[in-house]
Amino acid sequence: MKRELIKFALFALCVLLAPLLFRGSYLMNVLVFVGIHTMLAVALNLLLGYAGQISLGHAGFFGLGAYASAILTTTYEWNPWTAMALAAVTVGALAFVIGFPILKLKGHYLAMATLGLGIIIYIIFNEWVEMTEGPSGFSGIPNLTLGSLVFDTDRKNFYLVWFFVLGCILLSVNLANSRIGRAFRAVHDAEVAARVMGVNARLLKVQVFALSAMICAIAGSLYAHVMTFIAPPSFGFTVSVELLTMVVIGGLGSIYGSFLGALLLTLLPEFLRFMQDYDIVFYGGLLMLMTIFMPGGLVRGIPELFRKLAGVISRKGDAHA
Amino acid sequence: MLELHGITQVFGGVTALQDVSFRINANEITGVIGPNGAGKTTLFNIVTGIYSQTSGTITFEGRDISRLPVERLAKLGMVRTFQNIELFGQMTVLENVMVGLHSRSHSGLFACSFKAPWAIKEEGRIKKEAYEWLTFAGIEDLAEVTAANLPFGKGRLLEIARAMACHPHLILMDEPAAGLNSQETQGLAALIRRIREMGITVVLVEHDMELVMDICDRIVVLNLGQKLAEGTPREIQDNPEVIAAYLGEDE
Repeated sequence: MKRELIKFALFALCVLLAPLLFRGSYLMNVLVFVGIHTMLAVALNLLLGYAGQISLGHAGFFGLGAYASAILTTTYEWNPWTAMALAAVTVGALAFVIGFPILKLKGHYLAMATLGLGIIIYIIFNEWVEMTEGPSGFSGIPNLTLGSLVFDTDRKNFYLVWFFVLGCILLSVNLANSRIGRAFRAVHDAEVAARVMGVNARLLKVQVFALSAMICAIAGSLYAHVMTFIAPPSFGFTVSVELLTMVVIGGLGSIYGSFLGALLLTLLPEFLRFMQDYDIVFYGGLLMLMTIFMPGGLVRGIPELFRKLAGVISRKGDAHA
Repeated sequence: MLELHGITQVFGGVTALQDVSFRINANEITGVIGPNGAGKTTLFNIVTGIYSQTSGTITFEGRDISRLPVERLAKLGMVRTFQNIELFGQMTVLENVMVGLHSRSHSGLFACSFKAPWAIKEEGRIKKEAYEWLTFAGIEDLAEVTAANLPFGKGRLLEIARAMACHPHLILMDEPAAGLNSQETQGLAALIRRIREMGITVVLVEHDMELVMDICDRIVVLNLGQKLAEGTPREIQDNPEVIAAYLGEDE
């Protein structure tokens, strides 16, 4: 438990120091996105990595949070914080209700059902033009404020978003190491045995689904206020798949792995800009190589790589001696 | 303690169990035996709520549990182990036993995320008690090992430790001696006796006749989905029908 706390403190320190190293507004902006993606990936990882339930509709929950905040604060002029809280609770409750029938399904069927859910939500964003302004996007969303502080620069937004990311990581780590987290993992490893131990697998899956959706909604609210403009493609099917990739590449069942996955998949497209249209080929190739050679994800693959390198170096040393 | 009335189970057109009735007395070790395909494991799965029987009722400590889902039984005091040990493979040995305490702990999702004081206190209690059960089973030195890496014999002991952590009144063991060597089987017999001495009722399905005859107070014999006989080990050994079922009748 102490180790978890130290790990978290180190991570938080790195995050707080990041703005001192990366000064450019562009980089700050990218790091804001890394933060939002980290929240989404952590949320999906709780569901997929811990409880073993797939979702291909998580971008939908992200979008619901974003649109709820956008509409409530702009059209109805609500206080953004109230709107954010209401969005989170409503999306959580919605996921809870949908979760009961949907999470009865397993494997491919669950993937299909959540995919359908994501697509339905996406269609609503596109088609309910009076509310969402449809495909042209929703603009004029106010920035968040705290007293007289307005979160209107990339740097301020960095701290705002990462405050939430760190909170989300801390709570997720706590949860993963608690009786509830153990019950998730038990259901994942051997569902019948977990139920014999008195774990209500069905209720637990629905709870984690709702919690996961709630985190996505909060990330969505933040995204709307940071960007001040949102449009349906940010919440489509491809985004759900991207999130899934982040979780798998980062490492299933590792909260910090989700951060690594989000970091890599957010930065990579930025660095590959110079390749123009070929970037997608490189990107796809890299992902394939990584899933083949690092099946446990970055969080397990990188230490493994170092161990192997160390092994090679020490063997070379022996040969010379 | 546990009473079965007219349990019948039909899978498709196949009758796996037909009108099986018997009772398990409190604080005894009861063995359920029978040739392969007699319906022993099916019976276990029905009693522990994993299958839902076609007809018949089960009462446990005077309460009808015929249609209760699996997860409700732990709290009532009934728990089981599996023939092909079902451990939580990716978790440590200690964490496996800690899951055994799930039904006797209460902190919810939010209390756990926010580390509420009572959740921290409860976590401490869970951990301490889980260690005690590891010591009980004699595998406390393996506490930090990932369960999937355990040798089979130790996995069995872990399954028993995890089941005991539920504080059961009744523990059902599905072939606990399968895959164990003779030394491990002796250790198992001693462990089962210690469990009974704690006032816990034990039911086991077992193929190892030596073990069954050695530790059981009563034996129920199943054959072809029906109850063939029940009685003390001595009575069963002398029962001509049982002998015929096991050795095959003369044509």
